[in-house]
Amino acid sequence: MEELSEEMASAEAPAITYRRHLERGKLGYQRCAECSAAVFYPRVLCPLCGSGALEWRESAGRGTVYATTALHSRNRDPRNVVLVDLDEGFRMMSRVEGLPAGEVEIGARVRFEVRRGEEDEPVAVFVREEG
Amino acid sequence: MSARGKAAIVGAAESDLGAVGSGFTPLDLIGQATERVLTDAGLEKKDIDGLFSASVYYQMPTLVVGEYLGIRPRYSDATMMGGSSFVSHLLHAAAAIEAGLCEVALVAYASTQLSEGGFRGVSDPPNPFETPYRARYPVSMYALAASRHMYEYGTTREQLAEVAVAARQWAKLNPKAFMRDDLTVEDVLASRMISSPLSLLDCCLVTDGGGALLVTSSERAKDLRKPPVYLLGAGEAHWHRNISQMPDLTVTAAADSGRRAYEMAGVGPESVDVTMLYDAFTINPILFLEDLGFCEKGEGGTFVEGGRTAPGGELPVNTNGGGLSYNHPGMYGLLLLIEAVRQLRGECGERQVEGAEVALAHGNGGVLSSQVTAVLGTQSVL
Repeated sequence: MEELSEEMASAEAPAITYRRHLERGKLGYQRCAECSAAVFYPRVLCPLCGSGALEWRESAGRGTVYATTALHSRNRDPRNVVLVDLDEGFRMMSRVEGLPAGEVEIGARVRFEVRRGEEDEPVAVFVREEG
Repeated sequence: MSARGKAAIVGAAESDLGAVGSGFTPLDLIGQATERVLTDAGLEKKDIDGLFSASVYYQMPTLVVGEYLGIRPRYSDATMMGGSSFVSHLLHAAAAIEAGLCEVALVAYASTQLSEGGFRGVSDPPNPFETPYRARYPVSMYALAASRHMYEYGTTREQLAEVAVAARQWAKLNPKAFMRDDLTVEDVLASRMISSPLSLLDCCLVTDGGGALLVTSSERAKDLRKPPVYLLGAGEAHWHRNISQMPDLTVTAAADSGRRAYEMAGVGPESVDVTMLYDAFTINPILFLEDLGFCEKGEGGTFVEGGRTAPGGELPVNTNGGGLSYNHPGMYGLLLLIEAVRQLRGECGERQVEGAEVALAHGNGGVLSSQVTAVLGTQSVL
Protein backbone atom coordinates (compact mmCIF):
# COMPACT_ATOMS: atom_id res chain seq x y z
CA MET A 1 0.00 0.00 0.00
CA GLU A 2 2.80 2.35 0.91
CA GLU A 3 4.45 1.87 -2.46
CA LEU A 4 1.23 2.50 -4.39
CA SER A 5 0.61 5.77 -2.55
CA GLU A 6 4.08 7.01 -3.40
CA GLU A 7 3.63 6.13 -7.04
CA MET A 8 0.34 7.98 -7.20
CA ALA A 9 1.77 10.99 -5.45
CA SER A 10 4.60 11.24 -7.96
CA ALA A 11 2.26 11.31 -10.96
CA GLU A 12 1.35 14.71 -12.33
CA ALA A 13 -1.37 15.37 -14.86
CA PRO A 14 0.14 16.08 -18.30
CA ALA A 15 -1.76 19.37 -18.57
CA ILE A 16 -0.26 20.50 -15.24
CA THR A 17 3.28 19.70 -16.35
CA TYR A 18 2.65 21.61 -19.57
CA ARG A 19 1.45 24.62 -17.60
CA ARG A 20 4.46 24.46 -15.25
CA HIS A 21 6.68 24.72 -18.34
CA LEU A 22 4.78 27.79 -19.50
CA GLU A 23 5.09 29.40 -16.07
CA ARG A 24 8.87 29.14 -16.53
CA GLY A 25 8.64 30.61 -20.03
CA LYS A 26 9.19 27.23 -21.71
CA LEU A 27 7.16 25.34 -24.33
CA GLY A 28 6.97 21.74 -23.14
CA TYR A 29 6.19 18.78 -25.37
CA GLN A 30 6.70 15.04 -25.12
CA ARG A 31 8.91 12.63 -26.99
CA CYS A 32 8.23 8.90 -27.10
CA ALA A 33 11.19 6.87 -25.84
CA GLU A 34 10.00 3.87 -27.89
CA CYS A 35 9.21 5.30 -31.34
CA SER A 36 10.78 8.80 -31.08
CA ALA A 37 7.52 10.55 -32.06
CA ALA A 38 7.07 14.14 -30.93
CA VAL A 39 3.76 14.22 -29.06
CA PHE A 40 1.50 17.22 -28.52
CA TYR A 41 -0.92 17.79 -26.77
CA PRO A 42 0.65 16.00 -23.79
CA ARG A 43 -0.77 12.60 -22.82
CA VAL A 44 0.01 9.49 -20.84
CA LEU A 45 0.59 7.23 -23.85
CA CYS A 46 2.03 7.70 -27.31
CA PRO A 47 -0.75 8.01 -29.91
CA LEU A 48 1.52 6.47 -32.54
CA CYS A 49 2.90 3.33 -30.88
CA GLY A 50 0.95 3.10 -27.63
CA SER A 51 3.99 3.22 -25.36
CA GLY A 52 3.64 4.86 -21.97
CA ALA A 53 7.28 5.96 -22.05
CA LEU A 54 6.79 9.64 -22.85
CA GLU A 55 9.55 12.03 -21.85
CA TRP A 56 9.12 15.76 -21.41
CA ARG A 57 11.27 18.00 -23.58
CA GLU A 58 11.62 21.75 -23.99
CA SER A 59 10.99 23.04 -27.47
CA ALA A 60 13.35 25.62 -28.93
CA GLY A 61 10.12 27.52 -29.71
CA ARG A 62 10.79 27.97 -33.42
CA GLY A 63 8.16 27.02 -35.96
CA THR A 64 6.34 27.66 -39.25
CA VAL A 65 2.74 28.77 -39.72
CA TYR A 66 0.80 25.79 -41.19
CA ALA A 67 -2.68 27.32 -41.46
CA THR A 68 -4.20 30.68 -40.55
CA THR A 69 -7.53 32.44 -40.20
CA ALA A 70 -8.53 35.97 -39.22
CA LEU A 71 -11.71 36.18 -37.17
CA HIS A 72 -13.79 39.25 -37.90
CA SER A 73 -16.17 40.85 -35.41
CA ARG A 74 -18.23 44.00 -35.61
CA ASN A 75 -16.52 47.05 -34.06
CA ARG A 76 -13.24 45.26 -33.34
CA ASP A 77 -10.05 44.56 -35.20
CA PRO A 78 -9.85 41.05 -36.60
CA ARG A 79 -7.86 38.59 -34.54
CA ASN A 80 -5.84 35.65 -35.65
CA VAL A 81 -5.81 31.90 -34.98
CA VAL A 82 -3.09 29.70 -36.45
CA LEU A 83 -1.75 26.20 -36.46
CA VAL A 84 2.03 26.20 -36.04
CA ASP A 85 4.38 23.35 -36.94
CA LEU A 86 7.25 23.41 -34.42
CA ASP A 87 10.69 22.45 -35.65
CA GLU A 88 10.75 19.44 -33.28
CA GLY A 89 7.91 17.87 -35.27
CA PHE A 90 4.69 18.68 -33.43
CA ARG A 91 1.80 20.98 -34.26
CA MET A 92 -0.23 23.26 -32.00
CA MET A 93 -2.96 25.84 -32.17
CA SER A 94 -1.93 29.39 -31.24
CA ARG A 95 -2.03 32.99 -32.45
CA VAL A 96 0.59 35.20 -34.02
CA GLU A 97 0.93 38.60 -32.39
CA GLY A 98 2.55 41.81 -33.54
CA LEU A 99 0.99 42.19 -36.98
CA PRO A 100 -2.55 42.61 -38.36
CA ALA A 101 -4.52 39.34 -38.22
CA GLY A 102 -5.02 39.19 -41.97
CA GLU A 103 -1.30 39.57 -42.69
CA VAL A 104 -0.21 36.36 -41.02
CA GLU A 105 0.97 34.12 -43.84
CA ILE A 106 1.29 30.37 -44.15
CA GLY A 107 4.97 29.47 -44.29
CA ALA A 108 6.04 32.40 -42.07
CA ARG A 109 8.69 31.61 -39.46
CA VAL A 110 7.53 32.33 -35.92
CA ARG A 111 8.95 32.28 -32.39
CA PHE A 112 7.25 31.22 -29.13
CA GLU A 113 6.49 33.64 -26.29
CA VAL A 114 4.27 33.48 -23.22
CA ARG A 115 1.37 35.84 -22.58
CA ARG A 116 -1.21 35.98 -19.81
CA GLY A 117 -4.79 34.87 -20.55
CA GLU A 118 -8.12 36.18 -19.28
CA GLU A 119 -7.70 34.44 -15.94
CA ASP A 120 -3.99 35.23 -15.68
CA GLU A 121 -3.13 31.76 -16.98
CA PRO A 122 0.01 31.46 -19.11
CA VAL A 123 -0.76 31.12 -22.85
CA ALA A 124 1.66 30.11 -25.60
CA VAL A 125 1.65 32.61 -28.47
CA PHE A 126 3.99 33.32 -31.36
CA VAL A 127 5.62 36.39 -32.87
CA ARG A 128 7.18 36.72 -36.27
CA GLU A 129 10.81 35.63 -36.38
CA GLU A 130 12.93 38.60 -37.48
CA GLY A 131 15.26 38.33 -40.45
CA MET B 1 -19.62 -10.94 -44.20
CA SER B 2 -20.74 -8.03 -46.33
CA ALA B 3 -23.85 -6.00 -45.59
CA ARG B 4 -24.30 -5.24 -49.33
CA GLY B 5 -27.97 -5.23 -50.21
CA LYS B 6 -29.04 -6.88 -46.96
CA ALA B 7 -30.95 -3.86 -45.67
CA ALA B 8 -33.04 -1.16 -47.28
CA ILE B 9 -34.42 2.26 -46.43
CA VAL B 10 -38.19 1.92 -46.66
CA GLY B 11 -39.26 5.26 -45.21
CA ALA B 12 -37.88 8.80 -45.36
CA ALA B 13 -39.50 11.97 -44.06
CA GLU B 14 -38.66 15.44 -42.83
CA SER B 15 -40.25 17.18 -39.89
CA ASP B 16 -41.38 20.77 -40.32
CA LEU B 17 -38.35 22.79 -41.38
CA GLY B 18 -36.96 26.29 -41.21
CA ALA B 19 -38.35 28.29 -38.29
CA VAL B 20 -41.01 26.18 -36.59
CA GLY B 21 -41.93 28.68 -33.85
CA SER B 22 -41.13 29.00 -30.18
CA GLY B 23 -42.15 26.28 -27.75
CA PHE B 24 -41.58 23.35 -30.07
CA THR B 25 -38.88 20.97 -28.88
CA PRO B 26 -36.65 18.69 -30.92
CA LEU B 27 -38.81 15.82 -29.66
CA ASP B 28 -41.92 17.43 -31.14
CA LEU B 29 -40.22 17.55 -34.54
CA ILE B 30 -39.03 13.96 -34.18
CA GLY B 31 -42.65 13.07 -33.45
CA GLN B 32 -43.78 14.79 -36.65
CA ALA B 33 -41.11 13.08 -38.70
CA THR B 34 -41.92 9.70 -37.18
CA GLU B 35 -45.63 9.93 -37.99
CA ARG B 36 -44.77 10.92 -41.55
CA VAL B 37 -42.10 8.24 -42.04
CA LEU B 38 -44.47 5.48 -40.89
CA THR B 39 -47.05 6.68 -43.42
CA ASP B 40 -44.36 6.85 -46.09
CA ALA B 41 -43.34 3.25 -45.44
CA GLY B 42 -46.75 1.79 -44.68
CA LEU B 43 -45.55 0.54 -41.31
CA GLU B 44 -46.97 0.97 -37.82
CA LYS B 45 -45.19 2.32 -34.79
CA LYS B 46 -45.41 -1.04 -33.06
CA ASP B 47 -43.26 -2.50 -35.88
CA ILE B 48 -40.25 -0.43 -34.73
CA ASP B 49 -37.89 -2.47 -32.56
CA GLY B 50 -34.59 -0.66 -33.20
CA LEU B 51 -33.97 2.98 -32.28
CA PHE B 52 -31.09 5.20 -33.42
CA SER B 53 -30.56 8.86 -32.55
CA ALA B 54 -27.94 11.47 -31.72
CA SER B 55 -28.34 14.92 -30.25
CA VAL B 56 -26.63 18.01 -28.89
CA TYR B 57 -29.61 18.53 -26.59
CA TYR B 58 -30.02 15.18 -24.87
CA GLN B 59 -27.18 13.22 -23.28
CA MET B 60 -29.24 10.03 -23.64
CA PRO B 61 -30.99 10.61 -26.95
CA THR B 62 -32.48 7.19 -27.64
CA LEU B 63 -33.95 7.07 -24.13
CA VAL B 64 -35.78 10.35 -24.45
CA VAL B 65 -36.85 9.69 -28.05
CA GLY B 66 -38.09 6.22 -27.08
CA GLU B 67 -40.02 7.69 -24.18
CA TYR B 68 -41.62 10.48 -26.22
CA LEU B 69 -42.62 8.19 -29.08
CA GLY B 70 -43.66 5.29 -26.88
CA ILE B 71 -41.15 2.89 -28.39
CA ARG B 72 -39.48 0.16 -26.32
CA PRO B 73 -36.64 -0.90 -28.61
CA ARG B 74 -34.76 -4.14 -28.25
CA TYR B 75 -31.79 -2.52 -30.00
CA SER B 76 -30.66 1.05 -29.24
CA ASP B 77 -27.71 3.00 -30.67
CA ALA B 78 -26.87 6.60 -29.77
CA THR B 79 -23.56 6.82 -31.64
CA MET B 80 -22.61 10.50 -31.57
CA MET B 81 -19.89 11.82 -33.86
CA GLY B 82 -21.53 14.99 -35.07
CA GLY B 83 -23.39 15.50 -38.31
CA SER B 84 -22.25 12.21 -39.81
CA SER B 85 -23.85 10.22 -36.97
CA PHE B 86 -26.99 9.38 -38.92
CA VAL B 87 -25.12 7.87 -41.86
CA SER B 88 -23.32 5.82 -39.23
CA HIS B 89 -26.70 4.83 -37.75
CA LEU B 90 -27.75 3.54 -41.16
CA LEU B 91 -24.73 1.24 -41.33
CA HIS B 92 -25.16 0.15 -37.72
CA ALA B 93 -28.87 -0.52 -38.31
CA ALA B 94 -28.06 -2.68 -41.34
CA ALA B 95 -25.57 -4.68 -39.26
CA ALA B 96 -28.03 -5.07 -36.38
CA ILE B 97 -30.78 -6.20 -38.75
CA GLU B 98 -28.46 -8.68 -40.45
CA ALA B 99 -27.46 -10.01 -37.01
CA GLY B 100 -31.10 -10.47 -36.03
CA LEU B 101 -30.91 -7.92 -33.22
CA CYS B 102 -33.78 -5.87 -34.61
CA GLU B 103 -36.01 -5.90 -37.67
CA VAL B 104 -37.35 -2.37 -38.19
CA ALA B 105 -35.03 0.48 -37.22
CA LEU B 106 -36.03 4.11 -36.77
CA VAL B 107 -33.28 6.70 -37.22
CA ALA B 108 -34.49 10.09 -35.96
CA TYR B 109 -33.09 13.56 -35.31
CA ALA B 110 -34.25 17.16 -34.92
CA SER B 111 -33.17 20.57 -33.69
CA THR B 112 -35.14 23.71 -32.87
CA GLN B 113 -32.05 25.92 -32.60
CA LEU B 114 -33.27 28.79 -34.79
CA SER B 115 -36.51 29.22 -32.85
CA GLU B 116 -34.43 29.24 -29.67
CA GLY B 117 -32.29 32.10 -30.95
CA GLY B 118 -29.37 30.66 -32.92
CA PHE B 119 -26.70 28.04 -33.42
CA ARG B 120 -26.63 25.28 -30.84
CA GLY B 121 -23.61 23.05 -30.92
CA VAL B 122 -21.87 20.55 -28.68
CA SER B 123 -20.71 21.63 -25.22
CA ASP B 124 -17.45 19.81 -24.54
CA PRO B 125 -15.32 20.92 -21.57
CA PRO B 126 -12.69 23.61 -22.31
CA ASN B 127 -9.56 22.29 -24.02
CA PRO B 128 -6.44 23.99 -22.61
CA PHE B 129 -4.67 23.53 -25.95
CA GLU B 130 -7.32 25.23 -28.11
CA THR B 131 -9.83 27.16 -25.99
CA PRO B 132 -7.41 30.01 -25.02
CA TYR B 133 -7.15 31.09 -28.67
CA ARG B 134 -10.91 31.72 -28.95
CA ALA B 135 -11.35 30.29 -32.40
CA ARG B 136 -15.01 30.42 -33.39
CA TYR B 137 -16.34 26.87 -33.35
CA PRO B 138 -16.76 25.38 -35.86
CA VAL B 139 -16.24 27.95 -38.64
CA SER B 140 -12.63 28.84 -37.78
CA MET B 141 -11.56 25.21 -37.97
CA TYR B 142 -12.97 24.85 -41.48
CA ALA B 143 -11.39 28.21 -42.34
CA LEU B 144 -7.98 26.85 -41.31
CA ALA B 145 -8.51 23.89 -43.64
CA ALA B 146 -9.58 26.22 -46.45
CA SER B 147 -6.50 28.40 -45.91
CA ARG B 148 -4.22 25.38 -46.28
CA HIS B 149 -6.04 24.09 -49.38
CA MET B 150 -5.66 27.52 -50.98
CA TYR B 151 -1.97 27.63 -50.06
CA GLU B 152 -1.13 24.15 -51.35
CA TYR B 153 -3.35 23.97 -54.42
CA GLY B 154 -4.17 27.54 -55.41
CA THR B 155 -7.85 27.10 -54.62
CA THR B 156 -9.60 30.48 -54.76
CA ARG B 157 -12.42 32.20 -52.90
CA GLU B 158 -14.25 32.32 -56.24
CA GLN B 159 -14.11 28.52 -56.42
CA LEU B 160 -15.44 28.26 -52.86
CA ALA B 161 -18.22 30.64 -53.86
CA GLU B 162 -19.13 28.40 -56.81
CA VAL B 163 -20.10 25.72 -54.28
CA ALA B 164 -22.55 28.10 -52.59
CA VAL B 165 -23.96 29.24 -55.95
CA ALA B 166 -24.53 25.65 -57.15
CA ALA B 167 -26.28 24.83 -53.87
CA ARG B 168 -28.54 27.85 -54.31
CA GLN B 169 -29.41 26.87 -57.88
CA TRP B 170 -30.55 23.47 -56.64
CA ALA B 171 -32.43 25.10 -53.73
CA LYS B 172 -34.41 27.17 -56.19
CA LEU B 173 -35.82 23.87 -57.49
CA ASN B 174 -36.74 22.66 -53.98
CA PRO B 175 -39.92 24.18 -52.50
CA LYS B 176 -38.75 23.19 -49.00
CA ALA B 177 -35.43 25.03 -49.24
CA PHE B 178 -34.92 27.86 -46.74
CA MET B 179 -33.00 30.17 -49.11
CA ARG B 180 -34.26 30.45 -52.69
CA ASP B 181 -33.22 33.98 -53.76
CA ASP B 182 -30.79 34.55 -56.60
CA LEU B 183 -27.14 34.22 -55.61
CA THR B 184 -23.97 35.00 -57.55
CA VAL B 185 -20.27 34.43 -56.94
CA GLU B 186 -19.97 38.19 -56.42
CA ASP B 187 -22.65 38.08 -53.70
CA VAL B 188 -20.71 35.41 -51.81
CA LEU B 189 -17.43 37.31 -52.10
CA ALA B 190 -19.10 40.53 -50.91
CA SER B 191 -20.79 38.96 -47.89
CA ARG B 192 -19.47 39.75 -44.41
CA MET B 193 -16.16 38.06 -43.60
CA ILE B 194 -16.52 35.68 -40.66
CA SER B 195 -13.27 33.75 -40.37
CA SER B 196 -11.06 34.23 -43.41
CA PRO B 197 -11.19 32.90 -46.04
CA LEU B 198 -14.82 31.99 -45.21
CA SER B 199 -17.47 34.70 -45.41
CA LEU B 200 -21.09 34.50 -44.29
CA LEU B 201 -22.33 32.87 -47.50
CA ASP B 202 -19.59 30.23 -47.33
CA CYS B 203 -21.30 28.98 -44.16
CA CYS B 204 -24.29 26.69 -43.80
CA LEU B 205 -27.67 27.87 -42.59
CA VAL B 206 -28.78 27.85 -38.98
CA THR B 207 -32.31 26.43 -39.06
CA ASP B 208 -34.79 24.25 -37.24
CA GLY B 209 -35.48 20.89 -38.76
CA GLY B 210 -35.28 17.17 -38.48
CA GLY B 211 -36.22 13.92 -40.04
CA ALA B 212 -36.61 10.19 -39.77
CA LEU B 213 -35.67 7.08 -41.71
CA LEU B 214 -37.00 3.54 -41.45
CA VAL B 215 -34.60 0.72 -42.25
CA THR B 216 -35.47 -2.96 -42.48
CA SER B 217 -34.28 -6.18 -44.08
CA SER B 218 -34.36 -6.33 -47.86
CA GLU B 219 -36.69 -9.31 -47.52
CA ARG B 220 -39.29 -7.38 -45.54
CA ALA B 221 -38.75 -4.25 -47.66
CA LYS B 222 -40.24 -5.93 -50.74
CA ASP B 223 -43.80 -5.80 -49.42
CA LEU B 224 -43.91 -2.19 -48.24
CA ARG B 225 -45.44 0.91 -49.76
CA LYS B 226 -42.49 2.48 -51.57
CA PRO B 227 -39.73 0.97 -53.71
CA PRO B 228 -36.88 -0.04 -51.38
CA VAL B 229 -33.64 1.92 -51.48
CA TYR B 230 -30.90 -0.59 -50.78
CA LEU B 231 -27.77 0.00 -48.76
CA LEU B 232 -25.08 -1.21 -51.15
CA GLY B 233 -22.11 -0.20 -49.04
CA ALA B 234 -21.02 2.05 -46.22
CA GLY B 235 -17.84 2.95 -44.39
CA GLU B 236 -16.86 4.97 -41.36
CA ALA B 237 -13.62 6.69 -40.41
CA HIS B 238 -12.37 9.23 -37.92
CA TRP B 239 -8.81 10.37 -37.33
CA HIS B 240 -9.14 13.30 -34.93
CA ARG B 241 -11.59 15.38 -32.92
CA ASN B 242 -9.72 18.71 -32.58
CA ILE B 243 -8.50 20.54 -35.67
CA SER B 244 -4.97 20.90 -34.24
CA GLN B 245 -4.75 17.09 -34.30
CA MET B 246 -5.76 16.67 -37.97
CA PRO B 247 -2.63 15.33 -39.66
CA ASP B 248 -3.09 17.06 -43.04
CA LEU B 249 -5.78 19.72 -43.31
CA THR B 250 -6.25 19.00 -47.01
CA VAL B 251 -7.00 15.27 -46.60
CA THR B 252 -10.04 14.05 -44.65
CA ALA B 253 -10.89 10.60 -43.35
CA ALA B 254 -13.39 10.42 -46.21
CA ALA B 255 -10.50 8.86 -48.11
CA ASP B 256 -10.96 5.82 -45.83
CA SER B 257 -14.73 5.90 -45.37
CA GLY B 258 -15.26 6.26 -49.12
CA ARG B 259 -12.93 3.41 -49.99
CA ARG B 260 -14.68 1.15 -47.49
CA ALA B 261 -18.10 2.09 -48.86
CA TYR B 262 -17.08 1.56 -52.49
CA GLU B 263 -15.48 -1.80 -51.69
CA MET B 264 -18.62 -3.07 -49.99
CA ALA B 265 -20.85 -1.70 -52.74
CA GLY B 266 -18.68 -3.02 -55.55
CA VAL B 267 -18.92 0.30 -57.39
CA GLY B 268 -16.76 3.40 -57.66
CA PRO B 269 -17.42 7.10 -58.06
CA GLU B 270 -17.93 6.69 -61.82
CA SER B 271 -21.17 4.79 -61.11
CA VAL B 272 -22.72 7.45 -58.88
CA ASP B 273 -25.69 9.34 -60.35
CA VAL B 274 -26.46 11.64 -57.39
CA THR B 275 -23.90 12.82 -54.86
CA MET B 276 -24.86 14.21 -51.48
CA LEU B 277 -21.86 15.77 -49.70
CA TYR B 278 -22.18 17.29 -46.24
CA ASP B 279 -21.70 21.01 -46.97
CA ALA B 280 -21.35 22.71 -43.61
CA PHE B 281 -18.97 25.11 -45.35
CA THR B 282 -18.05 25.63 -48.99
CA ILE B 283 -14.65 23.99 -48.53
CA ASN B 284 -16.32 20.68 -47.56
CA PRO B 285 -17.61 19.51 -50.96
CA ILE B 286 -14.25 20.42 -52.51
CA LEU B 287 -12.39 18.22 -50.00
CA PHE B 288 -14.92 15.39 -50.30
CA LEU B 289 -14.98 15.40 -54.12
CA GLU B 290 -11.23 14.79 -53.90
CA ASP B 291 -11.21 12.30 -51.05
CA LEU B 292 -14.13 10.31 -52.51
CA GLY B 293 -12.38 9.98 -55.87
CA PHE B 294 -14.45 12.28 -58.08
CA CYS B 295 -11.26 14.19 -58.88
CA GLU B 296 -7.59 14.19 -57.91
CA LYS B 297 -6.33 15.74 -54.66
CA GLY B 298 -6.00 19.47 -55.14
CA GLU B 299 -8.33 19.63 -58.14
CA GLY B 300 -11.59 20.11 -56.22
CA GLY B 301 -11.61 23.87 -56.72
CA THR B 302 -11.22 23.56 -60.47
CA PHE B 303 -13.74 20.71 -60.52
CA VAL B 304 -16.62 22.83 -59.15
CA GLU B 305 -16.02 25.69 -61.61
CA GLY B 306 -18.54 26.48 -64.32
CA GLY B 307 -21.51 24.87 -62.61
CA ARG B 308 -20.28 21.29 -62.96
CA THR B 309 -22.14 20.30 -59.76
CA ALA B 310 -25.14 22.61 -60.36
CA PRO B 311 -28.43 21.74 -62.12
CA GLY B 312 -27.54 20.71 -65.68
CA GLY B 313 -23.93 20.00 -64.72
CA GLU B 314 -22.24 16.65 -65.27
CA LEU B 315 -22.23 15.66 -61.57
CA PRO B 316 -25.38 16.58 -59.60
CA VAL B 317 -24.24 17.41 -56.04
CA ASN B 318 -26.54 18.32 -53.14
CA THR B 319 -29.74 18.39 -55.17
CA ASN B 320 -31.88 19.55 -52.22
CA GLY B 321 -29.82 22.75 -51.95
CA GLY B 322 -27.63 21.34 -49.19
CA GLY B 323 -26.81 22.66 -45.78
CA LEU B 324 -25.85 25.90 -47.51
CA SER B 325 -29.30 26.74 -48.91
CA TYR B 326 -31.90 24.08 -47.99
CA ASN B 327 -31.63 23.34 -44.28
CA HIS B 328 -29.00 22.79 -41.61
CA PRO B 329 -30.48 21.91 -38.22
CA GLY B 330 -27.15 21.73 -36.35
CA MET B 331 -26.49 18.22 -37.66
CA TYR B 332 -27.48 17.61 -41.28
CA GLY B 333 -26.54 14.00 -42.05
CA LEU B 334 -30.07 12.62 -41.82
CA LEU B 335 -31.45 15.19 -44.25
CA LEU B 336 -28.90 14.35 -46.95
CA LEU B 337 -29.87 10.68 -46.68
CA ILE B 338 -33.54 11.61 -47.12
CA GLU B 339 -32.71 13.46 -50.34
CA ALA B 340 -30.69 10.51 -51.64
CA VAL B 341 -33.66 8.20 -50.99
CA ARG B 342 -36.07 10.53 -52.77
CA GLN B 343 -33.79 10.85 -55.80
CA LEU B 344 -33.59 7.07 -56.11
CA ARG B 345 -37.38 6.81 -55.81
CA GLY B 346 -37.82 9.49 -58.48
CA GLU B 347 -39.79 11.77 -56.13
CA CYS B 348 -37.83 14.98 -56.63
CA GLY B 349 -39.96 16.85 -59.15
CA GLU B 350 -38.14 19.71 -60.86
CA ARG B 351 -34.78 18.75 -59.37
CA GLN B 352 -35.06 15.04 -60.17
CA VAL B 353 -31.91 13.52 -61.68
CA GLU B 354 -33.33 11.43 -64.51
CA GLY B 355 -32.79 7.72 -64.17
CA ALA B 356 -30.85 7.93 -60.90
CA GLU B 357 -29.96 4.41 -59.76
CA VAL B 358 -26.94 4.93 -57.48
CA ALA B 359 -26.59 7.69 -54.89
CA LEU B 360 -23.69 8.49 -52.62
CA ALA B 361 -24.48 10.12 -49.26
CA HIS B 362 -21.51 11.42 -47.33
CA GLY B 363 -21.70 12.69 -43.76
CA ASN B 364 -19.15 14.83 -41.94
CA GLY B 365 -19.01 15.52 -38.23
CA GLY B 366 -17.09 17.67 -35.77
CA VAL B 367 -14.42 19.72 -37.50
CA LEU B 368 -13.76 17.51 -40.54
CA SER B 369 -13.40 14.86 -37.83
CA SER B 370 -15.77 11.98 -38.54
CA GLN B 371 -16.51 10.85 -42.06
CA VAL B 372 -19.17 8.32 -43.00
CA THR B 373 -20.03 7.34 -46.57
CA ALA B 374 -23.03 5.36 -47.78
CA VAL B 375 -23.72 4.10 -51.30
CA LEU B 376 -27.41 3.53 -51.97
CA GLY B 377 -29.07 1.93 -54.95
CA THR B 378 -32.36 0.94 -56.54
CA GLN B 379 -33.53 -2.63 -57.21
CA SER B 380 -31.99 -2.40 -60.69
CA VAL B 381 -28.42 -2.25 -59.36
CA LEU B 382 -28.84 -4.74 -56.52
